[in-house]
Amino acid sequence: MKVHFVKRPFHELLVLYNAETSAATLGEGDGMLVKVCDRAIAPEGATDSVIVAASLERCPDTNRAVIHAVRRLSTFQCLQRKAWLFRTASWSKFFCSLPGSPPARKFFVVLLLGVATAFAGEDSNPLARDPNAAKLGEFQFRINCAFCHGLGARGGGRGPDLTRAHKKYAHSDAEMFQIINNGIPGTAMPANGTNGQGVGMTETEIRQLISYIRSVEVKSASQPSGNAARGKQLFYGDANCSGCHMVDGKGGRLGPELTGVGGARTVESIVDSVRNPSRRLAWGLTEATKEFPQEYETVTVVTADGQEIKGVALNEDDFSVQIMDMSENIHLVEKDKLRAFAKSRVSLMPAYGVGVLSDTDLQDIVAYLVGVGAK
Amino acid sequence: MKRAISHKWLCAAMVLLASTDYGQVTFNRLVNSAKEPQNWLTYSGDYAGRRFSGLDQINAGNAHSLVAKWVYQTAATGKFETTPLVVDGILYATAQDNRAFALDARTGRPIWMYQRQLPGDIRPCCGRVNRGLAILGDKVFLATLDAHVIALDSKTGNVIWDVVAVDYQQGYSFTLAPLVVKNLVIVGVSGGEYGVRGFIDAYDADTGKLAWRFYTVPGPGEPGHESWEGDSWKTGGAPAWITGVYDPVNNELFWPTGNPAPSNRGEGRAGDNLYSNSLLALDADSGKLKWYFQFTKHDEHDWDATQVPVMIDLGDKHLIAQANRNGFFYVLDRATGKLLSANPYGKISWSDSKDAEGRPVPNKESEPTAEGRQVCPGALGTTNWMSPSFSSLAGLFYVSAREECDIFSTAPQPYEMGHAYYGSAYFPADGSEPYWGALRAIDPASGKVKWEFRHLSPSWSGALSTAGALVFTGDAEGNFIALDAVTGKVLWHFQMGGAVYASPMAFAVDGKEYVAIAAGSSLYAFGLP
Repeated sequence: MKVHFVKRPFHELLVLYNAETSAATLGEGDGMLVKVCDRAIAPEGATDSVIVAASLERCPDTNRAVIHAVRRLSTFQCLQRKAWLFRTASWSKFFCSLPGSPPARKFFVVLLLGVATAFAGEDSNPLARDPNAAKLGEFQFRINCAFCHGLGARGGGRGPDLTRAHKKYAHSDAEMFQIINNGIPGTAMPANGTNGQGVGMTETEIRQLISYIRSVEVKSASQPSGNAARGKQLFYGDANCSGCHMVDGKGGRLGPELTGVGGARTVESIVDSVRNPSRRLAWGLTEATKEFPQEYETVTVVTADGQEIKGVALNEDDFSVQIMDMSENIHLVEKDKLRAFAKSRVSLMPAYGVGVLSDTDLQDIVAYLVGVGAK
Repeated sequence: MKRAISHKWLCAAMVLLASTDYGQVTFNRLVNSAKEPQNWLTYSGDYAGRRFSGLDQINAGNAHSLVAKWVYQTAATGKFETTPLVVDGILYATAQDNRAFALDARTGRPIWMYQRQLPGDIRPCCGRVNRGLAILGDKVFLATLDAHVIALDSKTGNVIWDVVAVDYQQGYSFTLAPLVVKNLVIVGVSGGEYGVRGFIDAYDADTGKLAWRFYTVPGPGEPGHESWEGDSWKTGGAPAWITGVYDPVNNELFWPTGNPAPSNRGEGRAGDNLYSNSLLALDADSGKLKWYFQFTKHDEHDWDATQVPVMIDLGDKHLIAQANRNGFFYVLDRATGKLLSANPYGKISWSDSKDAEGRPVPNKESEPTAEGRQVCPGALGTTNWMSPSFSSLAGLFYVSAREECDIFSTAPQPYEMGHAYYGSAYFPADGSEPYWGALRAIDPASGKVKWEFRHLSPSWSGALSTAGALVFTGDAEGNFIALDAVTGKVLWHFQMGGAVYASPMAFAVDGKEYVAIAAGSSLYAFGLP
């Protein structure tokens, strides 16, 4: 590992950012003492491992100092904590009142940072450094999450692939905690313990779960190789995706809205949905996880007066179906008043083979979708 | 002076009124519940578990004209699983988070409301639900999510007694409606997902004193203990989370039990794992086991047998039938527990042979593996806790069937007290058909499905049959549906706007019949215009 020394003024503690593990470690000189952050964003401009400074504030009586790490290092952010004990004046006073030589005090500060890591509250994952947590979290995952997110968190057709390092909703552990606990309104992601799927998790169990999800993240998930700008042109132009699909509020309404798809699904699964649209229609979620019933099933009905209507089911229950036809007209029909009613899981979307849409064109479109979905 | 006398008379009149309006429910009335079909006195409507109403004012001829009469909103979130009781014009029910309430059954207007203050760290698997109350004398009985059993004053909702059944922090909870037999309040515990040791308790209705406890996992020295490997019995599960039934003739309780723990991993608990996934016949006075029948031995698919068993008399045959979560409809001799027949009533892939007793036995291909194997039915079963119904008039047994297959995967998991203990995961197979469901009518004599009404998706609604030749059920999309009990033809339906996780019941006040069901966060009552 190559380490660049960015700056090292006198009396500053050092933070090492390890680009391979994205961990941040606090120390002095090359003697690293304690890892303060398991997942840190690289300092601005740094492409490799780097050491940056955590500044110290001198105490009024000269030799003593207080760490002001986060404030000064604006380009260095921990994903896991916002609450640093040393931000508060009372801690400054406490530190300054300590007896002893500066090195001893520094060591004490480092120890306190270790304590802070363990008790920093909801903003951080105090179990991030516990190797057993990820294993325990895997049990929680299997019980509570695998039904939708698949074994190994690789996506189960219903829920997104969570091995992607870049997640649509949850970037920090704190955000992930919030989402697991409260769900995502308007989606099939339920609040902890409310869905009849799995059990309610304690806070500790949720943190174990987060440790597990972090442990299976793939740093370099396959990235689209295409040209996003050209993909956008194709999407709204020659490939005519926008005839049925909407992105960022523009496009058709017959097919699924695709603004978020690039952030939720793998490149491979998007490619597969274009090449083989009928292989897996959107999964209708049953029971409590069923937020929105649309599965984009193809419905063909013949009304009492002989009119044939073909479209996708916007909604359906045992007795009625709400259909959008190919021209985006909405038809509300009662099943017992129809001459014929047929449903099919063959998608209305044509299969885009390579003859219609080349691999290059498709990669460009996927690059566009992934770019939009990452926003 | 005159004024004082009239006041005295008024008091006397009020007492008289009260004693009329709040008729005391006695054990005798519970035994003879069929004689007062206007009331719904137990969870299943009678001791036999039939969920059958003798009312026929609403019938196959006029069901098409049913209308909503009132709606009571609980303002609670989560699954609303209650079956109300109705006694002499007053409706008693529960809602999420251990709410309990009494309503004017004519209007749905509240009389009293109770809500338990639950600790923050309760561990109910699968929702903060409750399925209803039991009633005796001037008390209604509630079993709580923090594993207490409490008696409330049926006039006020005030707590009369409150006893701790077990430490909830070990993973125990109660979700079921208690059953009153004689002077005992009988409850079965939940917690099969937490590696508890299941039990069924009986409490004195006057004092709350524990009268007996039957552990559904036998301890050292007890028969059946040898069916557990090593110490696995200590975390063996076998909860008893659905209300059982009672045969007054022999003073016998029939109580079903749930999965062994961990639910989807058999390694480490070699043996049959008695009395998980069984039907137990217990002496109601002592809790002593008279016989048992285990539906699924050494279960690895979470196929609890916690479905209401139904006592059925066919000619001189005294039977007890259960549409089991594992996909088979079992008929047993009620006196001995001997298996008489077992027929599938939904898609099953786990068994292709039967043992000497006629019990379906699992095939090798159904054993969960680390990578996972697809098995039908799925983890939630061909049916679940929603109540079946039996109409002796139609001669049919009605059950909400679920058609879903899952991939079952297993992984070793250490037991930790109070923590979920599955050893497993289950999930739908790629490319599998969307799940669906159906209300099915089974002829208990042949075990054959006579008709079905197909639901778009699997339903968590139970069924109610009535003397009006009707069967009622709900669906996951929020419909409440009346069907012809003999033919299965849909006669009426109403969109309630919330999924059904409850079983319907019927009652009458002032000579008017109502059918009630919980859906979404509301309790609905329907009647004729």
